[in-house]
Amino acid sequence: MKAKRPRRPFNKTRLKNQILNVVKNPFNLVVGISLIVLFCLIVIPLLQMIASTFTVAKGELRRISGAQVGDFTLYYWKYLLVGQMAKATLWGPLKNSLICGFFTVLVSVPLGSVLGWLIARTDIPCKKLLGMLVVIPYMIPSWCKSLSWLAVFRNKTSGSLGFLEGLGMHIPDWLAYGPVAIVLCMSLHYYAFSYIHVQSALRSINSELEEMGEICGATKPQILKSITIPLVLPSVLSAVVMTLSKAIGTYGVAANLGNRIGYFTLATKMKNFINGSPQNVGFAMSIVLISLAALIIFANQRIIGVRKSYATIGGKGGRSNEMRLGKAKMPLMIFILVFLLFAMVMPMFVLIMETFQINTGAGYSPANLTLYNWIGANEELAPYYTSYKGIFYNTEFGKSVFNTVRLTFIASIITALCGQFLGYITTRGRGKWYGNLTEQLVFIPYLMSGIAFSSMYVAMFSKPHLGGLLPSLYGTFTLIVLTSVVKHFPFASRSGTANMMQIAVELEEAAEINGAGFGKKLSRIVLPLAKNGFISGFMLTFISIAKELDLIIIMMDKRTTTMSYLAFTYSQDGMNQMADAISVCVLMFILICYIIANRFGADIGKSW
Amino acid sequence: MSRIELKHIDKYYGDNHVLRDINLVIEDGDFMTLLGPSGCGKTTTLRVVSGLEKPQNGVMTIDGVEMINADLAYYAEPSKRGLNLVFQSYALWPHMTVKENIAFGLKIQKLPKEEIERRIQDALRMMRIEEYIDRYPNELSGGQQQRVAIARAVASNPKLLLLDEPLSNLDARLRVDMRSELQRIHKELGTTIIYVTHDQVEALTMSTKIALFKAGEISQVAPPMELYMNPIDLQAADFIGNPRINFLEGRASYADGKLHVSCELDSYVFDKADMTDEEVPNGEFECVVAIRPEQIQIFEEAGEGRIPVRVYANQPAGSETLVSLKTGKSDFLSKQIGLAHYELDQTVYVSIAPEKINVYNAKSTRLIKRAR
Repeated sequence: MKAKRPRRPFNKTRLKNQILNVVKNPFNLVVGISLIVLFCLIVIPLLQMIASTFTVAKGELRRISGAQVGDFTLYYWKYLLVGQMAKATLWGPLKNSLICGFFTVLVSVPLGSVLGWLIARTDIPCKKLLGMLVVIPYMIPSWCKSLSWLAVFRNKTSGSLGFLEGLGMHIPDWLAYGPVAIVLCMSLHYYAFSYIHVQSALRSINSELEEMGEICGATKPQILKSITIPLVLPSVLSAVVMTLSKAIGTYGVAANLGNRIGYFTLATKMKNFINGSPQNVGFAMSIVLISLAALIIFANQRIIGVRKSYATIGGKGGRSNEMRLGKAKMPLMIFILVFLLFAMVMPMFVLIMETFQINTGAGYSPANLTLYNWIGANEELAPYYTSYKGIFYNTEFGKSVFNTVRLTFIASIITALCGQFLGYITTRGRGKWYGNLTEQLVFIPYLMSGIAFSSMYVAMFSKPHLGGLLPSLYGTFTLIVLTSVVKHFPFASRSGTANMMQIAVELEEAAEINGAGFGKKLSRIVLPLAKNGFISGFMLTFISIAKELDLIIIMMDKRTTTMSYLAFTYSQDGMNQMADAISVCVLMFILICYIIANRFGADIGKSW
Repeated sequence: MSRIELKHIDKYYGDNHVLRDINLVIEDGDFMTLLGPSGCGKTTTLRVVSGLEKPQNGVMTIDGVEMINADLAYYAEPSKRGLNLVFQSYALWPHMTVKENIAFGLKIQKLPKEEIERRIQDALRMMRIEEYIDRYPNELSGGQQQRVAIARAVASNPKLLLLDEPLSNLDARLRVDMRSELQRIHKELGTTIIYVTHDQVEALTMSTKIALFKAGEISQVAPPMELYMNPIDLQAADFIGNPRINFLEGRASYADGKLHVSCELDSYVFDKADMTDEEVPNGEFECVVAIRPEQIQIFEEAGEGRIPVRVYANQPAGSETLVSLKTGKSDFLSKQIGLAHYELDQTVYVSIAPEKINVYNAKSTRLIKRAR
């Protein structure tokens, strides 16, 4: 049924009516404004950052002879790629990033997949409880995990001792810090991608497929190998890609565990440049990081392509029979318990206990326990413990709590609202140019790790634009909010899209036929129906922003410190108990949010 | 009450030409059914009429008032067309009660309170669902939701009521009930109705006229019985009627105002008066003889004008019996009312009234001889 549409001769009334058709429909206005905003917030900053890596900045004036500020230059890229320092600035850290990413995938994907399979498909005991416990480690921010790691493994290199050294064990540096620690810490976090992917893929596979294999006479391992695994392979691959691109861009873990022994990844090295000089080299590194992530994701789409997922949901036959584990039940159960012990119980226990210790690594005897780190108010005692008051009397902590709450509330409300709007535009414009364009623009921040994304905003807003109309936002709270909002667009708009998909277009069309205009349609039909989805989308964004460290770390200063940043700086400064206490507060905050979010039907599986 | 005229409507989705030069007149008070297989453009036509889709070409008028003029890019808003629509999915707003669903459009029209109340009551009474006034849609069964959807549409007193496959989500029994319900509404309100369906039984039982769609075009517009007796081409003949019409290959020639037709069953001579305006090729040409199963009578004994055939299969179903018959290479189906029993491979004798036969030109697939 293909046919070219005939062209029509020009006609004045027709043109007038066409313009009226577009202008009179508020939906078009909304689409237009959102496209412009997305363009300004995503495309322009990206271009701006790319441009700045080719432009001479003030700091490098004396290094580039005869150059003016604003001149075109290849200095920064040369510095990064071929300069004397190239090995130390780019290739070394790049190698470290790739190694950490590779091994994180190697550990976390099998771990998460097996956990997913056990929970979704087998008759392992206490499934419901285990299913709940298994995701808890993921709720703990990854930088918190690195703090717990330190609490357990710290050795003399960082001054105060950790739990194991306190027990008299000797912990070598290679275990306490650096790649091994980073890989294990990230694995205990990013296993969740594989777990959630594989588990939901397995749930959607009709167990009749496997039963058919059984009828054909296949043994359990054969069924697993030739039916189940091929069916979930696409999900596993996309988990691999997510894990890899996330792991390469992670800052907090790598900084906490690498910086003290001079082990740098691309992300940590980049931050040093952006907060130091030459800043533009940092931006160039950020572009490398973004390209790397984009490359991985597009390679994945190329390879999996049409086989992205099998239509595993066959409408009927939702019965899913469990695989009997038989003799393997006990060992597998022990495997899960060991995982939970190492990923959740022990680090949390050590972390919490450390907040009560006077000297870390000195055991839990009453003589070494104190509440000072929490509520110590006596300044004379301060030098004896740390140089600060306990966190509840610490003005810095109070300020950071205020900043965190302020940031999360404001940013997540804006993000969730925008997400619903963007979701509305993408679903209603599905297959049309503006719908596709919106979807693609919104996807861009997903390609960037938090620190690369924020570096882009720093590049963009560190100087005024439009002749001062847009002032320099560097160091302001506004910039942090803006960054958090835009970075969470992909996630928020996805939850908005899912939400809007549930509202059938017919419901709006029925209102239209009954005479409702755009405003009435939105306020009386769409918003009331979108309410629940909005709340759960809001809660998940809220938690995600509350956890955030990587994204905002390069924008932080004394006035805008959040709890996660304060914990990070305290830990870098060697005030471990204080850092731990703050982490515990953040954890409590997040857990409470999850419980509330669950009330509104939010699914943790959707919260990355 | 209104007269709708569609002239040269074209609709494209990208390069996909989904409606091709649609011309259709729906007279005041008609129950017009748009009938066709899925993907043939009937729902798109309905949406063009409603204003939810904008065609790239063509003109539409309702009571002489221009609602669509694609040349001028003029499209009246759906709410300005004086119509209402019942969606296939019902599209009841789940966050509103039955009452609120019906009141929504009336409130937007800013009708006085008492008037709204009266209209709600009337609509509910008409659909016999007064007791569900305060329920939410998810507290109603499919059939009840369907009634609410219709009540919501008729409450606005539309001049034109559009129904998009409204019965497709109901079970067989409810469907029969709703068919009579819709017929009654049509009579009581006197509203013009456009009804979209792929179910020929719905089309044949309820409509005053049927527009048969095929791949984005209208192939035939006719009253139901005319459509059943004289489908315009082979595809239409094949689509209409259950069990399917029998096709027998044959040869035909036209000379001296007479059409001579022969097939494996028999040979016939037809008058010019029974023929359509369709042009007939010169000399002998291939044709298709089409006979409805119920027009084939079976006798156990031979007799005048009866043709001997072999019984191939026998399917008694209580109220009717389907008998598969065979002669030479042709097989065909006969539908007998009531129970009948024949042995397999038994020889029986069939008789067919020649005036009930359709003849098609095999090459052009068009009808050349009408049934009476």
